[in-house]
Amino acid sequence: MSGSASSFFFGISTIAYILAMVLYIGYLAFRKKTIGVVATTVTIAGFLSQTIAILLRWKEFYDIGQMGWLRAVPLTNLYESLIFFVWCLILAYLVIEFKYKNRTFGAFITPVAALVLAFIDISGMSKNIQPLVPALQSNWLLAHVMMSFISYSMFAVSFSTGLMYLIVKTEKRNEPAYIFWTVMLSIFIIVLGALGLDYLTFKLSVKSQEELIKGYLFKATFRNSSSAISLLSWAVSAALTFVIWRFGGALRKIITGFNISAETLDEITYKSIAMGFPIFTLGGLIFGAIWADQAWGKYWTWDPKETWSLITWFFYAFYLHSRLMRGWRGKKVAMVAVLGFVAVIFTYLGVNLLLSGLHSYGSQ
Amino acid sequence: MEKEKNKSFIDRVWDLFASVKFAVVIFSVIALTSMVGTVIEQNVEPEKNLTVLAKLFGESAAPTLYSILDKLGFMNMYHSWWFVTLLLLFAMNLIVCSLDRLPRILKLVREPIRPLSEEHIEKMSIRRTVPFKGKPSALREEAASAIRKIGFRPSESETEKGLQFYAEKGSFTRLGVYITHLSILIILAGAIIGLYFGFNAYLNLPEGQTTSVAYKDRGAEVPLGFEVRCDNFEVDYYGDSDMPKAYKSWLTVFKNGKEVMNKVISVNDPLTYEGITFYQSSFGTVPDSMDRGVVVLTVVSKDGKSEQVNTRVGGTFTIPGTSETGKITNFSPALSFDQAGRPYTYDQNLLNPAIFVEFSNPGGKPFSGWILQRYPQTWNLPDGGRVEFRSFWGVQYTGLQVRKDPGVLIVYLGCIIMAIGLYITFFMSHRRLWVSLAEEKGTARILIGASANRNRASYEKDIEKLAGLLGEARKGGK
Repeated sequence: MSGSASSFFFGISTIAYILAMVLYIGYLAFRKKTIGVVATTVTIAGFLSQTIAILLRWKEFYDIGQMGWLRAVPLTNLYESLIFFVWCLILAYLVIEFKYKNRTFGAFITPVAALVLAFIDISGMSKNIQPLVPALQSNWLLAHVMMSFISYSMFAVSFSTGLMYLIVKTEKRNEPAYIFWTVMLSIFIIVLGALGLDYLTFKLSVKSQEELIKGYLFKATFRNSSSAISLLSWAVSAALTFVIWRFGGALRKIITGFNISAETLDEITYKSIAMGFPIFTLGGLIFGAIWADQAWGKYWTWDPKETWSLITWFFYAFYLHSRLMRGWRGKKVAMVAVLGFVAVIFTYLGVNLLLSGLHSYGSQ
Repeated sequence: MEKEKNKSFIDRVWDLFASVKFAVVIFSVIALTSMVGTVIEQNVEPEKNLTVLAKLFGESAAPTLYSILDKLGFMNMYHSWWFVTLLLLFAMNLIVCSLDRLPRILKLVREPIRPLSEEHIEKMSIRRTVPFKGKPSALREEAASAIRKIGFRPSESETEKGLQFYAEKGSFTRLGVYITHLSILIILAGAIIGLYFGFNAYLNLPEGQTTSVAYKDRGAEVPLGFEVRCDNFEVDYYGDSDMPKAYKSWLTVFKNGKEVMNKVISVNDPLTYEGITFYQSSFGTVPDSMDRGVVVLTVVSKDGKSEQVNTRVGGTFTIPGTSETGKITNFSPALSFDQAGRPYTYDQNLLNPAIFVEFSNPGGKPFSGWILQRYPQTWNLPDGGRVEFRSFWGVQYTGLQVRKDPGVLIVYLGCIIMAIGLYITFFMSHRRLWVSLAEEKGTARILIGASANRNRASYEKDIEKLAGLLGEARKGGK
């Protein structure tokens, strides 16, 4: 399917988002309005192109599957779900940009989109359209998967703004919240860097295409057969974490320079979770349970995917309740929002890549 | 301190369950143990988890660690006594927390809205003023209808300087949280009912066989109260690939020897009879059964006469209306051809069944060849007739998941209530409104004060509209 029209438009959108990321960061650094306007334009162009690509893929899938439009949703494997996640995320971002008239978030959200698209290539996952396996032939597919990913992207927004809130609100280097966000940011950068190295070594050592990169996770760095390289990886990670911890204050100065108040960040964090939580509960948990009941005869089996969704749900339920608790507003709640998204990532990717269970469609 | 001492034991337990700290501890313990349960595969043979533990903690520590975790019930932890206890504590916490706060909230919800003094209205989070000339009473009708237009039913009261309208909407939405909490309890109750009054079993039923029992995990029989027969099992594939498109079982239900139900089930489309549901879950080949398989053919002559034939490998059949006969001399459950064009069997399961038929025709040329079930183009004979290979029957079994769960409807009910509760909690709001028409020392003004506990932005738009309507009413009042 590499020559299909949809992949052409997907290609355009990938390039556009990566360009937009560079532009938004440039806008943050140089504060030129023109750069900001160009960044928004590029993002919109990428978004439109991606919309066309998704619709085309839907059509291509419909032509192959012959099961009707509802069951031809391009949301049946990891590749398609990641693409849809990025689409939702960019949509959510554009809404926020127009509502709050502030482009600062762009520098925090477009990197997530660009990194997800890079991850698609890094992980070497299959981009082919696969016909629907019998278990997925249900009208619940559309509602369950689509709503899950809409909520995931809401949570991704809350993660970004929650992290920004922590960056803005912390001043002392020995503050727990400061240590928390610098370490979180470091882990994200380290994991992505390690994945990049995995990809490079994977490509260089010309492994057969049949072998999944899954087996090569962190083999180039932390899990390398040479203990020297493994040790070095840990040392570099520690050094990077230290550097981010030492110079993290610079980020605060940049963000505060953009007239973005901590209250606005807190409000967006809360609002996106207040939207994402009910959508996740209904689409992810309830629709998932009803579908499982119809397909497997069990609405809840404590399958790793289900269990992790429940853990994620606990995190966000805790976030919503803790805002009402004395002494929990502000930094502590923001940390819960950030951790909640870590649980989302694990529910979405970690379970498929690391654990086994019924929900194995995504690992193909 | 004095007060603490005087509290009874029950009060203290109540306070413990009502405390937020306790809720946080329960939440965290459930979350943490659940995480462990996703790393340790549940209900599998010990070897699997020993390998996982060896990877994480080293070869030497694995066996000891395994036996410790096994004793603690981690190998089937979601059903262990302590995990169920945790879930029950969570439920208790939810009940006590809700009961602790509910009476106060109910009182607040029941309390009707009252008129406010101008000073209070001015302190509302949303305010507008519209100046006008004349007596407040002249604007009474217009003001009331403007308020009705934005969806409120105003009450009215006289004030010293004029009159005041006040109204509220969605007072009950403050109960949304409790509806959501209640729904969790309903779902848990449904789960417990399912656990005690239902069962989960499986059934591997060969084609042509009838059973009146299913089997639980450890092989214990579960009587169904009726009989079920598997008439046929088939896999549909996508085109020429071995990628399955559908798994289908033809099931017939008998009650007291009489046929009462008939259905073709597939994944996502089960059969339910007397509260027991049969789900398509797996399939397989009955060991050493290939020579018992029945070859089901539809034989069509060149002039269109057709006949159904059931035979076996080694059997013969006649093309209707002719003396031509065919003999099935070979069979393959999964036929393929190598590069040299030689046939070979690539799997022992029925992936691509094929029969080799040798035709004897005294008049014409002798003919023989492979006929494949999945490839209708191999069904045609040179003289225009057809041998349609319908099925190789009686060697496969269908794997059914058998379930009875009287609690599932309660769980569904809980889900619906949860959806309603969440909708009320997150997308509806309690909106209050005061509109005061006052005249003092010759100047008169309309003062609007409003508040909403959620979604303020959209309420503000309504208030904007109201101010506009009142502005027009003022002009009309002149």
